[in-house]
Parts: sequence; C-alpha cells; structure tokens
Amino acid sequence: MKREKFTILESTCVPLPLENIDTDQIIPARFLSSTEREGFGENLFRDWRFDGNGNPVPGFVLNRPEYRGEILITGSNFGCGSSREHAVWAIADYGFRAVVSDSFADIFMNNALNNGLLPVVIHSGLLTQLTALVTEKPGTRIRIDLDDQLLSVPGTGLRSGFPVNGFRKECLMKGLDSIDYLLAMKEEIEAYERSR
Amino acid sequence: MSGKTLFDKIWDAHLVRSVPDGPDVLFIDRHYIHEVTSPQAFSGLRQRGISVFRPERTVATADHNIPTVNQHLPIADPVSRSQVETLEDNCHTAGITYFGMGDPRNGIVHVTCPEQGYTLPGMTIVCGDSHTSTHGAFGTIAFGIGTSEVEMVLATQCLLQTRPLKMRINVEGALREGVTSKDLILYIIASLTTGGATGFFVEYAGKAIRSLSMESRMTVCNMSIEMGARGGLIAPDEITFSWLSQIPALSDNPAFERLVDNWPSLRSDTNAPFDSEVTFDAQLVPPMITYGTNPGMGMAVDGIIPLPGEAGPSANGSYLKSLEYMGFKPGMKLLGHPVDYIFLGSCTNGRIEDLRLFAAAVAGRKKAAGVTALIVPGSQQVARQAEREGLTHALRLAGFEVRQPGCSSCLAMNDDKIPAGKYAVSTSNRNFEGRQGPGARTLLAGPLTAAAAAVTGRITDPREMNLRW
Ligand code: SF4
Repeated sequence: MKREKFTILESTCVPLPLENIDTDQIIPARFLSSTEREGFGENLFRDWRFDGNGNPVPGFVLNRPEYRGEILITGSNFGCGSSREHAVWAIADYGFRAVVSDSFADIFMNNALNNGLLPVVIHSGLLTQLTALVTEKPGTRIRIDLDDQLLSVPGTGLRSGFPVNGFRKECLMKGLDSIDYLLAMKEEIEAYERSR
Repeated sequence: MSGKTLFDKIWDAHLVRSVPDGPDVLFIDRHYIHEVTSPQAFSGLRQRGISVFRPERTVATADHNIPTVNQHLPIADPVSRSQVETLEDNCHTAGITYFGMGDPRNGIVHVTCPEQGYTLPGMTIVCGDSHTSTHGAFGTIAFGIGTSEVEMVLATQCLLQTRPLKMRINVEGALREGVTSKDLILYIIASLTTGGATGFFVEYAGKAIRSLSMESRMTVCNMSIEMGARGGLIAPDEITFSWLSQIPALSDNPAFERLVDNWPSLRSDTNAPFDSEVTFDAQLVPPMITYGTNPGMGMAVDGIIPLPGEAGPSANGSYLKSLEYMGFKPGMKLLGHPVDYIFLGSCTNGRIEDLRLFAAAVAGRKKAAGVTALIVPGSQQVARQAEREGLTHALRLAGFEVRQPGCSSCLAMNDDKIPAGKYAVSTSNRNFEGRQGPGARTLLAGPLTAAAAAVTGRITDPREMNLRW
C-alpha cells in the first residue's frame, strides 16, 4: 500500500516538556474500543486536554492557540507503556507529522515509523534549548530534513543531525510500506520454513 | 571465540534474512491476538486482498474489554461487543483458534496461552500487547508489537525487527519470607528506572531467579517492559520442564519430547557477551509499593517518599506533578495510609499461585469494611483451580468478591474502574495516570501487600501482620 512521502517538514511546534509520557496519557484505554484507525485525534491527551465534564483545560498546550503546528516537542522516554498503535494514530490524526525528543520507547518508535510519523531523536542539551525557544517564542519554525537527517531552526544556528535506520528512511521517503517488502519475500519465507 | 547469549541463539535460529542497513526479517513461531489491537490489522489484510498466511500459528482470546460478571450474557456495551464480535468473525474466517468469552480456555492472553501449552522454550512469540514479555519466562524471545506489525505477522508470519542490545540481570541469594517475585521486579525497576532498559532485551539469571516457580518467573518477565526493555527471558530448566509436562496437550506429544532433548542447549554460553550486566542481592529486597505514576517510582512499603533530587533519574521533571496526582508529598510515609480498593489480578499477578498467596495471607480474617476488593482470576483455568482448592469459597466467606476472568481493572476498559481520587492497591503492572479509570490513584504491589491492605484497610507491611503465607 502507498503512503504519504516524507521528505522535508517545516512547521511551527507544540512543546510538551514532560518525561515518561505513556501511551495511556496519549490515548486512554476507554477510547480503544473502535475497530477503525481514524478518529483518535479528538481524544489525543484526553485527560490532560479536557476536564471531567469535557471542557477544555485552558492551560494545556493543545488548548493554547499560540501553539500550533505539525511538530510535537516532548520529554524523555516518550510513548512508554502499552503497545497500542492507537497512540500513534491519535498523534497523526491530530495533525502531527514528527515528534522530537531525546528518547522514545521502542514499541512506540516502531509504531510511529510504520505510520509515517517521524520520531526525531536529538541530544538532551539541544532538546532543552529547543523547548525553551519554542515555548518563549511560539511560532518558531523548525525544519526537519529527512534525506540529510538534519533538524534545524532557520534563522538561528541551532541544528543537529538525527539517526534513522537506512531501510526505514527509504520507506518513509518513497512512501513504501514494509508489509509489501515482506510480501515480496514469500518464497524466501517458505524456503526458511522448509529448512527448519 | 566468544560464546552466544540465549537470546542470540533463538534470534539466529529464526532469521530469514538480514536487510542491509535495516532490520532483520524474523520468523515468528506463535502469534497471540486479542480484540483491541487486531481489528485494524485484519481490515488491512482485506484492503490488500490477502488472507492470513499461517493461521495455525495464531491463537486468539478475548480479554481486554470483556466484563468480569455475567459472562454468559452478551456484552452490554455496544462498542466493546462489536470489538469482540469482530475478533470472533475474523478468526472464524481465517481459521484461527479462538478462546471466546466463557470458553474453558478463555483468559488473559499471557495467562492462558502458556497454560494451554502454546508457549514453549526456544520460540519467537509476539502479540499486540506490551506484556508479551511474560512468555520469556519459558526461555522464549517474546515481545509486544503494534497493530501494523500484527498485520505484518498475519500476512507473512515474519516481522521486521532490529536486533536489540542484551542486558543480563543477575539476582543472587534468596528472597526473604514475605517477599514475592513482584516485589523483586518492582525493586529492580525502581533501581533501573522506567526507561533504564530501553533498547535492551534482558536475560534474568542467578540463584534467586532459578529458584522461582514458573508463575513467579512470569511475573518477573511480565514487567520487563516497565523499565523499557523489549522483553525479558529466563533459560529453561527442570522447573520449566516439569511445569510444562503437567499440561495434558503436551504430556504425551512426541514433538514435545523432541523439544525437551534440545533444551540443554537453550542457555547463554559461559563466555557470552552482554552489552550491560547488573547484579542484585535478593536478601535486600523488601515488600515494595509504588507511590507515583510510573512503575519506576517504587519504594519499600515502610519507606519514605523521596525528596526531589534524591529520587534518582525517575524523579526529575515530572516528579512533583506525579506526586500531586497521587495526593502525596515528598518525605511522606505511606504506612497506615487508608486505601479504598484492592485489585488482585492481571497478567502480572492473576495466576493460581497469586490467589493461593492472597488467600493464605487473609485466612482467618475479614476484608476491612470500606474497602472494595476485586479478585479476578487470570483465566478460566485459574478460576476452576481456585474453586477446586477451596480458595474461592474461603475468599467469599472473608468478604471478597471473586469475579470471572479478564484484564478487568488493570486497564479498566470494562466497568471495573477505580473512581477518581480513590486509592487502589493493585497487583497489576501500571500506575499511570488514569490507567485504572480517570483520576484513579494506583499503588502497585505484590499479592501479600495487597492482602495486608485488604484486611486492614490501610497500607500495611505484610511482614508485620503475622500473615500465614
Ligand atoms: S492484564 Fe493488563 S497488562 Fe495484562 S494483558 Fe490485560 S490489560 Fe494488558
């Protein structure tokens, strides 16, 4: 199946500088009963974003109009906890295309890559600087160039490389789907089965 | 020449291809699925116009959102019902073995699949659930995957996966009386922190690990994910073999005997290289309890909530926010703090051994007034066994409610929610904000600490209780 290609993303950002944000916060379990992939964005960070009566919590970053954009900047160990891919669907459905942190939980990282959401790992020192910058100056644009594996803040000297596995990068840039890659290997898989 | 780790031996035996500058293509022996993380994977297959490649390697159970009362009736919540019916339809169409609600084999995926003899040493096992690490107790590579990966395994029986780093956690000595394997793993996670093993696959070793029962080993491996590890495994030994040989489906199966012949090779060579290695002394492990909103925020049940800055890496940044959510303050003792709910269950502590421990600990006492206690067996088999042993009857007489199997309050997708602001001593694995219901405050502990709280209505050191475990 074809996916949207990811090459260069330049956007304003949303800062959420908390550590160990788990997938139960990203999308609480009571919203997991759907059998579809769509519609999870409206409950992204549900219990931080809305109070018990469903009213927006004014201080929460997604409810502050000055913070908008396709890049989420967050704290260490983002996406820990449950394997629910609904967390990635909710983030993508809300409109984010990249998440920047200094570390991600493993399963979240794979889930993100499988959905064209780019997890960008940068050094914690730069993450602190970046968070401070976009918090103080909402509207700051960040540029993420996947081909060059470079994150930068245009107009400032802030820039950093980031790691991406070569295979994953090719899939993202060409909009390829890794299931298609495996489906094309059927004969090799069958040969493996016979060899056991 | 350096030797190989058990992990690498199993991984290499399942390697179909190494993608240059990419992940490995890993063949998967067993794929477990449940109602919450599989429907979108099956729709994906339909969109591609393909069917399940090896349906005989997949086993399904309904566990996450099912009710724990009146399981003979249709599920009342229409959305949950549709999810379970979707799983049933998908399994029926694909020819996948399915343990529906009420089936004698039904239960939490990580409790029932080992019981039914599907989890065997040397296998690769995946499931769209992070606690798949539980099956590592049998010497398997078992880990949780997302729904796109569930689709990948249904379509090809393979997974694209990067080989993780290897960590060995040695636990030497012996656990003291009144201390369970849950306390041990909470102690390890508190020490390594909630993200401390990210990127690693853990092998648990050492005398204290080898002396654990299979149930206790599963409890330890289950929570590997709570320190960020991809999974955790334990080399199979006599305890593993004798546990498995009790399973009727395996006991006189020739394939099982052939497997047993192979087992002595399923261990890390003495000179196998690990990327990281840590050692703990089992003697030092106290009964544990968590005070915060990630499983790394744990301490001795009679301990003091650390001051910011003292609490180690788990404690920076979001520390005070977490304590505020819990209604606690740094420097506070939890002993004597009133509790509202007790939950004994989940894939961490919903096995027969846990029910036995809990029942023995509360024997001769009554549930404290004002405490709501939910005892939820991890599977139908556990429920039957508990009946047979008289545990269910004894617990009911003591004022406890024994429910029907399921994930229940562990993630509160069904009605078993802890109300906002209430304190629950829970034997499950996650104390995240709202995990057991919006606003719920979870204190993770082992079955003995849960039992002590259940009969006193307060956080109590099980060692002080003269409980008869
Ligand atoms: S009991 Fe809890 S952790 Fe275990 S599978 Fe169910 S929801 Fe997941």
